[in-house]
Amino acid sequence: MSVNATPAGADVAADAERSAGRHAAVPAQRAHRRTKPPLSENKRAERRLGWLLCAPAALVMVLVTAYPILYSVWLSLQRFDLRFPDEREFVGLENYVTVLTNQFWWTAFGVTALITVVTVVVELVLGMGLALIMHRTLVGRGIVRTAALIPYGIVTVVAAFSWRYAWTPGTGYLANLFDGSAPLTERASSLAIIMLAEIWKTTPFMALLLMAGLALVPEDLLKAASTDGATAWQRFTKVMLPVMKPAILVALLFRTLDAFRVFDNIFVLTAGGNETSSVSMLAYNNLIRGLNLGIGSTMSVLIFLTVAIIAFVFVKLFGTAAPGSDDGERR
Amino acid sequence: MTADPDTAPRRRPARRAAAAAAALALVAPLAACGSDGGGGTPTINLYYPPEQNLQKVVDDCNAQAQGRYRIAYRVLPRQADEQRVQMVRRLAARDSGMDLLGLDVTWTQEFASAKWIREWIGQDKSEVERGTLNGPLDTARYEGRLYAAPKNTNVQLLWYRSDLVPEPPKSWDEMISAAQQLKQQGKPYQVLTMGAQYEGLVVLYNTLAESAGGKVLSDDGKKAVMDEGTVRALDQLKKFATSGVTSPSFTNATEDPVRLEFQSGSGAFQVNWPFVYPAMQEANPELAQKVKWARVPGIDANTPSKVTIGGVNMAVSSYSKHPTESFEAAKCIRDAEHQKFSAVNDGVPPTIEAVYADPEMDKAYPMKETILEELKEPAVRPLTPAYQSISTVMSAILSPPSAIRPEQTANELRDAIADALESKGVLP
Repeated sequence: MSVNATPAGADVAADAERSAGRHAAVPAQRAHRRTKPPLSENKRAERRLGWLLCAPAALVMVLVTAYPILYSVWLSLQRFDLRFPDEREFVGLENYVTVLTNQFWWTAFGVTALITVVTVVVELVLGMGLALIMHRTLVGRGIVRTAALIPYGIVTVVAAFSWRYAWTPGTGYLANLFDGSAPLTERASSLAIIMLAEIWKTTPFMALLLMAGLALVPEDLLKAASTDGATAWQRFTKVMLPVMKPAILVALLFRTLDAFRVFDNIFVLTAGGNETSSVSMLAYNNLIRGLNLGIGSTMSVLIFLTVAIIAFVFVKLFGTAAPGSDDGERR
Repeated sequence: MTADPDTAPRRRPARRAAAAAAALALVAPLAACGSDGGGGTPTINLYYPPEQNLQKVVDDCNAQAQGRYRIAYRVLPRQADEQRVQMVRRLAARDSGMDLLGLDVTWTQEFASAKWIREWIGQDKSEVERGTLNGPLDTARYEGRLYAAPKNTNVQLLWYRSDLVPEPPKSWDEMISAAQQLKQQGKPYQVLTMGAQYEGLVVLYNTLAESAGGKVLSDDGKKAVMDEGTVRALDQLKKFATSGVTSPSFTNATEDPVRLEFQSGSGAFQVNWPFVYPAMQEANPELAQKVKWARVPGIDANTPSKVTIGGVNMAVSSYSKHPTESFEAAKCIRDAEHQKFSAVNDGVPPTIEAVYADPEMDKAYPMKETILEELKEPAVRPLTPAYQSISTVMSAILSPPSAIRPEQTANELRDAIADALESKGVLP
């Protein structure tokens, strides 16, 4: 397992998440069509062909995502500690009680929630600004876009190391700005630095998604609005944002799911010291360093469930169009 | 590609050759790997923490082996935690590329319990046990069986300024009051030792607990005890942390910063590993002249202390393809001659008692008598496969030492240790 890999299950969780979202959207649309006309022979054959064409991809998905998830769930129901291989036993939900009544878990959960909310909000604002700039660039559009994307292209762990050295007294130009204290040894300042690193890295990604949304806004609408005397701000809030809403929601969904699984920046910057662990970091510590597969898998499953709930809320309550579904005519 | 149709065919062979070369380059290392398991000399991959002159020992053993095996020294990371994670991950995946492992003394039971290392039996076992000190041997045993060969040990000493302190203190209370007197006289007075939230704090507490005759775990290592003596040790640790004789950075101090602080002249006492002595002679020879050493103080002035030992044990991986040669290689690396070499050149204390009597040790190891005295009545950290988890929760609960409330903290520790033993503990 490489350093920047998330704990087993977390990555898988997000993928499964996206596919779950994809399926979750289907019944929602079915609900609109109250009566189903009987299918003609032709349509039925076509549908069968469709299934056949999908089957290999669906099978691979099931194999690579469902199996590890189910295995994690199975592990989480046992006392399974690599250090005590002979004492492996089925304990039901005991691990869940242990984890959910543990202060370390809730501290990490709070830290993760804080990081998620703050980074996603800041990224949305900055990303929108960046998207508008890139959208309106007249000269050297390619260069501007490439330059903006550089942080997203750098491997997170590598970037995290450069942040770490920058904030370490002695080697760091940033630490020396602040009277040469060691910000990574204090809780509040290290959390701020972790969030800064996250924001710096993923704002371009946000901007890219939002730029795709901006391209959906017809010029005619904007022209008509300014003819009617709308100010720039009104044009932005009354015309652009409503048209862009689906794109914004998708961007938010993606970023929230990713931010909740934050791991590599924390691993490199603080290694979870001073109560800066995220839930993924905690799962890693218990799985890999503690060799406690039962407790570690329990945490992975809980992370997976949280991510599933977040996605559910986005898709069901905010009406996020799940990626891959279309509202067009369905056969 | 906008290749001219005429040139395209001519280019193709060249490209094919390049592809073939690339494929060969990819396969070549694999072929090299595969050949070592064959008829030739088996390679013993030794995974060991960084030790400056260990390569010389390895070369010497390879010469002695006369082609029966060839040891390759693979250097582990510098951080103890990273060393352990690398080995644990690969062993959990049954990696046969590791043969011989250099384990911190506190990991031996864990690896043995997980069935990752082989038991030492018969001839090999009696050879390792012959003449080896009991403390280090205990750290290499699990459930009465020997799972590793102690290569070197380590133990902390009390270093004190003989120009300020005429007689080394026999107990912590004596040391605290001596420091307080120096403070009143306006002289350097601090008692410097490791108090950050990490393994070093657990070592300090374990020394105090064992010196007070306390037990953290039951003898079989299955239950958390935390008896009278351990409460007394908590009381002593709190007293030390709140008596105004520690350095302001005590709760953040690890080995090297403590050494540097003492070298700068602000301390009258230092409790630390022997590595500080050669470093002090190099950095501040004037001060080194005035510094003497003694056994770490006890809880009672009349009862000698028991000091926690460290060190490295060598174990053979269960997944090694060359176990016989690995055992032989381990014995060679830790034999008396090589232990002496490592002691003189790398400063690591030997585990074979006879080595201490060697006249060559006098110059490199002037404190060898005190070290040997401590090693004969050592304190061993709790011997259990769950030690890593226990250490993590203990250091979290003991930090900061000034906030200890002896009875309550003892109960807290007992519960946390019991959870760790039952795999119910959650690591922070």
